[in-house]
Amino acid sequence: MRVNLTVNGRPQQADDVWEGESLLYVLRERLGLPGSKNACEQGECGSCTVRLDGVPVCACLVAAGQAEGREVVTVEGLATGGDGTELSLVQQAFTDAGAVQCGFCTPGLLVAADELVRRNPDPSDADIREALSGNLCRCTGYEMILDAVRLAAARAGEAG
Amino acid sequence: MEFLRPGSWEEALAAKAEHPAAVPIAGGTDVMVEINFDRRRPEYLLDLNRIGDLYEWETVGDEVRLGASVPYTRIMEELRAELPGLALAAHTVGSPQIRNRAGVGGNLGAASPAGDSHPPLLAAGARVEAASVRGTRLIPAEEFYTGVKRNALAPDELIRAVRIARADGPQQFSKVGTRNAMVIAVCAFSLALHPRTRTVRTGIGSAAPTPVRARAAEDFLAAALDEGGCWETGRPLPPSAARRFAELAAGACNPIDDVRGTARYRRHAVAVMARRTLGWTWDAYRGGERGARCA
Ligand SMILES: Cc1cc2nc3c(=O)[nH]c(=O)nc-3n(C[C@H](O)[C@H](O)[C@H](O)COP(=O)(O)OP(=O)(O)OC[C@H]3O[C@@H](n4cnc5c(N)ncnc54)[C@H](O)[C@@H]3O)c2cc1C
Ligand code: FES
Ligand code: FES
Repeated sequence: MRVNLTVNGRPQQADDVWEGESLLYVLRERLGLPGSKNACEQGECGSCTVRLDGVPVCACLVAAGQAEGREVVTVEGLATGGDGTELSLVQQAFTDAGAVQCGFCTPGLLVAADELVRRNPDPSDADIREALSGNLCRCTGYEMILDAVRLAAARAGEAG
Repeated sequence: MEFLRPGSWEEALAAKAEHPAAVPIAGGTDVMVEINFDRRRPEYLLDLNRIGDLYEWETVGDEVRLGASVPYTRIMEELRAELPGLALAAHTVGSPQIRNRAGVGGNLGAASPAGDSHPPLLAAGARVEAASVRGTRLIPAEEFYTGVKRNALAPDELIRAVRIARADGPQQFSKVGTRNAMVIAVCAFSLALHPRTRTVRTGIGSAAPTPVRARAAEDFLAAALDEGGCWETGRPLPPSAARRFAELAAGACNPIDDVRGTARYRRHAVAVMARRTLGWTWDAYRGGERGARCA
């Protein structure tokens, strides 16, 4: 089947999509957007986190056909500037705080953290832990990730 | 495989009547796992995401009519006062990403004994609104679960909503797992006080082939509260009554040993949760609600 959707603000079309296919597969294999990672395919790790009509979800658990006509934001859509080369607040904070080691969990964490900081400009540590509780990282031990989100929130506050 | 995409509830019912083997997909948090892991290859997927009615809730008299697909995130945020037991349970489901998609209709469809919405639905008193082109029927929650991952839906039926009594007293939910996020319950317990009818209701998860009520424990406690005049006085519960309630709750279990825990542990944990949730709810009744009413 054919699926039409908007990804990072651009209308996209995927053809020959199998009916049981996930949105994650469509993004990675059909639309050339491999930023969202595929690790568990069962909703446990969060490395495939994208926003579907604004809401953070596991792309591996959304059927491709369910995304028809919807708006998806992936990690590729976070960077700003005309050519997408300017890191977003959260991306910059992750690099500055050393929150990235192997980087496999990073795209999902960035999408989740970005949504948190936009929704709640002054998150408590409990808010941060809750917002990131669906994202696993096997490298960092999470402390640097928490630092990064605190940094991003503080900078967002400064920027007004 | 075919992907059916009804745009309205009537179309969904017609599609299910025409293709009774079609697998409904709402949040997909159960269905997609099965497809991704090749455990299921349905001939038809019936997408429910486009049916706005399923994403709405309303209060009708003493009940909340909760659309089958209202995601857990919204239950937590919007229904804390009306359905406190279910809202607490919703908060323990999976992770934010899961709660943003998954809802009670899918939990009932999957009918896993470990589903977290079942204990509070049993405790609050809920009826499943099952519909087909033949009409609508209301199935009490205790009759809905018919076996491990089996429910009372006919092949042509879909869940339109769940009708849940609005809380008339304190409710609690407790769940045992290895950590806070992303945990399938080792076992779970929910308790609702119903001061209006002077009854108590319970729900137990993951400790029998289906979610169950602990009826002997409910009857014992209701009698003990009545005899002691406790509803009027709000006096503290005698520890012996709380202990007996906990024993009877554990007695309602018929658990198994599995990777998540042994049967013996589950019985013990249910007794502990029964005692604790009773303490919490009774304290809330004494402190908040009754006190406020007397003042
Ligand atoms: C990582 C992860 C963590 C999880 N953690 C928990 C947890 O902590 N607690 C818990 O209880 N569950 C948990 N689950 C399981 C799942 O999220 C729940 O069972 C959820 O309620 C399913 O809702 P859904 O809308 O996603 O269902 P779907 O996957 O869309 O459907 C589930 C079943 O219900 C049927 N169905 C859906 N809607 C209807 C309807 N309207 N009428 C008839 N049948 C219908 C489907 O055909 C399917 O059989 C978890 C799942 C994942 C992937
Ligand atoms: S790949 Fe989707 S949650 Fe792990
Ligand atoms: S940096 Fe390696 S998994 Fe998180």
